[in-house]
Amino acid sequence: MKDRYQLNKELAQMLKGGVIMDVTTPEQAKIAQEAGACAVMALERIPADIRAAGGVSRMSDPAMIRSIQEAVSIPVMAKCRIGHFAEAQILEAIEIDYIDESEVLSPADDVYHVDKTQFKVPFVCGARDLGEALRRIAEGASMIRTKGEPGTGDIVQAVRHMRKMNSQIRHVVSLHEDELYEEAKQLGVPYDLVKQVHDSGRLPVVNFAAGGVATPADAALMMQLGAEGVFVGSGIFKSGDPKKRAEAIVRAVTNYNDAKQLAELSENLGEAMVGINENEIKIIMEERGI
Amino acid sequence: MRIGVLALQGAFAEHIAAVERLGAEAFEIRSLKDISGSFDGLILPGGESTVMKKLLHRSGLYTPLRDAIADGLPVLGTCAGMILLASGIDGGEEPCFGTMDITVRRNAYGRQLGSFSCREKFADTETEMRFIRAPYVTEARGGAEVLSVHDGKIVAVRQGRQLAAAFHPELTDDPTIYEHFFSLIEDKD
Repeated sequence: MKDRYQLNKELAQMLKGGVIMDVTTPEQAKIAQEAGACAVMALERIPADIRAAGGVSRMSDPAMIRSIQEAVSIPVMAKCRIGHFAEAQILEAIEIDYIDESEVLSPADDVYHVDKTQFKVPFVCGARDLGEALRRIAEGASMIRTKGEPGTGDIVQAVRHMRKMNSQIRHVVSLHEDELYEEAKQLGVPYDLVKQVHDSGRLPVVNFAAGGVATPADAALMMQLGAEGVFVGSGIFKSGDPKKRAEAIVRAVTNYNDAKQLAELSENLGEAMVGINENEIKIIMEERGI
Repeated sequence: MRIGVLALQGAFAEHIAAVERLGAEAFEIRSLKDISGSFDGLILPGGESTVMKKLLHRSGLYTPLRDAIADGLPVLGTCAGMILLASGIDGGEEPCFGTMDITVRRNAYGRQLGSFSCREKFADTETEMRFIRAPYVTEARGGAEVLSVHDGKIVAVRQGRQLAAAFHPELTDDPTIYEHFFSLIEDKD
């Protein structure tokens, strides 16, 4: 099982420098792959529509996920509700490449997350700070993403979460060895994970940005802040020209330090997703599962 | 020795770290301006070959790199990098550089649940191999010499100064593959 976890962390390493796109149909999945997505997230409704529809949001129909697995050669991810280990078992049974235990869906358990160490398939989880990230890793997550605020097209929360995580990592690195026990207590996480962060200066797993990425500039911003790749949910298929925008975001992630290229590929992308400001929304998804 | 690592997407940072650990110099190749200076070898990393192929064309890197490989620039392709070098891809997909006389099958071991690791013979030694949604070689033709077979499938091949592996030496501390690659570079002189 230990090697399995290592292999799962390594799959996330292969996704680095790439863009993972939310798709709802095999056609969208093909557009995403064609545009250069390094993986797709198969779901019935993108976060902006989940937000609009309200009600309980659950794991997608396995038949729909399978149709997307058959349509593309890149890895296919899917979401289960926080704590819903039966949904996770179903996703493992259809050989999903990565499970996102996601705050975008309605939480199934308001206390416990899925015990991800019991699964062979890898999990990615959202986090707003270092404590959340290390708790998810302790539970078996092999990849982390910022929570951001999904389905808003507003980057402010993703920025907040990435900056917070980075500043906490810098703090842990600066501590003396004998201060790490107290830090582990404060963060509410196992000592050995704090020690790993202290020694390596980074999370023990790959860390992507997610939640609110809508433009190539948003993607470049998150990469410059230290993200190792980007999830784009509603930002692509809620925009005027999904194919063009998807391609531009892919190139922005590769060339995030090249402002001249970013300027070129930000041109004439058509309408961006409209977006909602954080103070205009009713459901705060980032507060789910901490 | 100066090694360029294609840094469009994937595990390029791991290759750079591995090359530097062995005392050589490594640099990232993201756009045309990165290959204006001279370099002795090229690494095509693991990641998603569909993404890299797309970005190779859009960045303008495709033609100069293909020409350099064809002219004898030593190259190491791992996993996705092996797919980029293959002249044939099962299912009839259009090849990328197509400079090696091999046909590969993408995701040949299935999805992530099929990923695995092992120790296996490589040329006249053995090495640790980590296969992540890996391809394997279904056919090696002409000048392509088989260097490693695992479970009846070809997983490492050399042709002239081109070296391709279905697995990920950059994810281990085992220098075997890099040492083999460096010897191809040194043979040049």
